[in-house]
Amino acid sequence: MSPTASKSLNPLPMKERIKVPRQLMPEQPADERNRNFSEVNLGYSAELARQEALRCLECAKPTCTDSCPVGVKVKEFVELIVAGDFLGAAAKIREDNVLPAVTGRVCPQEDHCEGKCLLSKKVKPLGIGYLERFVADYEQRMGTHILPNVQPTGKKVAVVGSGPSGLTVAGDLIQKGHKVRVFEALHELGGVLVYGIPEFRLPKQIIREQLDYMREMGVEFETDVVVGRTVTIDELMHEEGFDAVYIGTGAGLPQFMGIPGENFNGVYSANEFLTRINLMKAYKFPTYDEPMVDLHGKDVAVIGGGNTALDAIRSALRLGARKAYVIYRRSDAEMPARAEEVHHARQEGIDFQMLTAPVEFLSDGKGWLTAARCVRMELGEPDSSGRRRPVPIKGSEFDLPLSVAVMAIGTTANPIVQSTTPGLGTDKRGYIQADSETQRTTRPGVFAGGDIVTGAATVILAMGAGRRAAKSIHDFLTSGQW
Amino acid sequence: MFKIIHAQFIAPGIKRFVLEAPRIARKQKPGQFVILRIYEQGERIPVTIENSDPERGTISIVVQSAGKTTYLLNSLNTGDQILDVVGPLGKPSEIEKFGTVVVVGGGVGTAMAYPSAAAFKRAGNRVISIVGARTKELVILEQELRAVSDAVMITTDDGSYADKGFVTDKLRQLIQNGTRIDLVLAIGPIVMMRAVAELTRKENIRTVVSLNPIMIDGTGMCGGCRVPVDGKSEFACVDGPEFDAHKVNFEVLVQRNSMYRDAEQRSLADYQRSTAEQASTHQTVANETEQSCAVAHRGER
Repeated sequence: MSPTASKSLNPLPMKERIKVPRQLMPEQPADERNRNFSEVNLGYSAELARQEALRCLECAKPTCTDSCPVGVKVKEFVELIVAGDFLGAAAKIREDNVLPAVTGRVCPQEDHCEGKCLLSKKVKPLGIGYLERFVADYEQRMGTHILPNVQPTGKKVAVVGSGPSGLTVAGDLIQKGHKVRVFEALHELGGVLVYGIPEFRLPKQIIREQLDYMREMGVEFETDVVVGRTVTIDELMHEEGFDAVYIGTGAGLPQFMGIPGENFNGVYSANEFLTRINLMKAYKFPTYDEPMVDLHGKDVAVIGGGNTALDAIRSALRLGARKAYVIYRRSDAEMPARAEEVHHARQEGIDFQMLTAPVEFLSDGKGWLTAARCVRMELGEPDSSGRRRPVPIKGSEFDLPLSVAVMAIGTTANPIVQSTTPGLGTDKRGYIQADSETQRTTRPGVFAGGDIVTGAATVILAMGAGRRAAKSIHDFLTSGQW
Repeated sequence: MFKIIHAQFIAPGIKRFVLEAPRIARKQKPGQFVILRIYEQGERIPVTIENSDPERGTISIVVQSAGKTTYLLNSLNTGDQILDVVGPLGKPSEIEKFGTVVVVGGGVGTAMAYPSAAAFKRAGNRVISIVGARTKELVILEQELRAVSDAVMITTDDGSYADKGFVTDKLRQLIQNGTRIDLVLAIGPIVMMRAVAELTRKENIRTVVSLNPIMIDGTGMCGGCRVPVDGKSEFACVDGPEFDAHKVNFEVLVQRNSMYRDAEQRSLADYQRSTAEQASTHQTVANETEQSCAVAHRGER
């Protein structure tokens, strides 16, 4: 279908569309939600969605789609919303994106589709993420989706890791008729979507529904398998008969700063802190057995300025923290977190200590954290990342009393798969080498994508890699050519 | 779900389970462990693998009741299921021909030391095993160790079996007798491993310990198991669990392992109270059933 050829279903003349204000996302009041784990954003109603959809300028050359890592046909699905065909809109998104209810919530749209929206030159961009979320949720509520009709190819693909990139590969390949089996190291499926991103931003029920849908399509899942330890890539290919393997094992080992006191009780990595909360439900102790430090009335800080940092500190606030700080060594402009999350965090009362970095943790003498000794920074010349390098200001040290500090300063490559797969090339940081277009590794039949290739990035970039890998795996399986 | 093929107490509070886990059985090597979760609300805990049988697709684990999860685990029996078992985790023991290897097992750590002792023996080493336990009943795997060792020395803290004393007494004896020791592998309580490390450090004997810090995923993702080794932060689950004993910062290990002591004690107390209540309810039900049977019998008459 070519929408430019057919007459637009949008009744509004172009000049009128720009006058319609961007429809606000209904949300839980900040002073209520900062004490609960229910979702912050409540989602558009059908009325709000149609109103917002009317704003689309239906560009002949849609930059939104071009800037989307998975290439969602935005103009086409938005037009279906205008026409009131919400299920059709969902099906249209699913052609390119197997997890629309997820990306509608966690994708940094300002860096992709909405950032490139023509409207944003004059007014606020089209609420593409909100619309995507609306149709995905609508489809879920209706409980009907059209299962694609496919011919089995007789080929088998193993997907290592059930995070966003692995699920994308699985979803795309099952629709091409290949058998797909996903291996997950943890006891629950979803990777970072379940252990990392908290309920208030991405309800776990959404992941479960997406997984059910994939099972319906025929994807098989096996939990409690650490590929590299429980079974190797070579065993999957030579003994278990997989014709291709996709490695999407995700972000790796949490980094620490290497400053004194980082091993005190009360200092967590963001991965551990969030895993205890999201995966292990430690905040429901003793109903759940996994414990965590009780945060009620405690002062908590997260070190770092990314989405993970904000997820951690907003969780701490919801678990009763008295004060909740973000300690970030650069300024607002350099913060890598999604704009909406920063905005929500400020509304909820998070105290942002910008241009600040800890230099040492202090304890009570019995091994428990009592404070972070911090230093204020100023911005100097740009560093290798292109961002201005923070430089400590002499004599600006101060002690910030804390019971819990969460380190969210990034990760390094997890070595398990690389060290047990002979011939699998890695870069100097230990990440798996993969072609940026085909996601092929140095091992024939083995593909890789997501954080284990790029280092920590976003859900949508991992999904984009999964998309490219699926296409390339399909080419490999059908042509037999490496 | 992982089925318990066989479960049996081998000492008071120490139970051996044979689990159906074909994937793990095929891959397990000495020195590795599993992480398990018994039920939906359960925590993930690392557990020693004693042995595996790749043909039958089973592994055996040895568990000592210490906290709620291990008590609960040890209440399970043949035919019961464990929700999640993942592994084998950690790097395998470095097994080669060193010469004379002393394998030290303290308490339930003996179960993890045993497969390594057997592997050292198979690799052509002279293996001397030292087993320490609090008291006679807690000495485990003695026969198994005798079968794979050139000599076995046993100590009990209270002297109720073999020699009274600690494993370090036996190790010191060996050193003083001029036994040439090429490697010591010590697995057991932290205090024991630290004592062994202090003793061998002075003698410049290469010593390896197997650490058991707090852990969640066991794949390097959470960093909860970090421990300073040679001044560098290492993750026991992916870099270990075995490390050079002379480079481990035991003080930080002890401190970090105490992080959840209050919560652990509370969990255990709650569990023991609820099992006691259940037991008394069962008792009441049993009594009532007996009485109603008695009534029925009387009715028949």
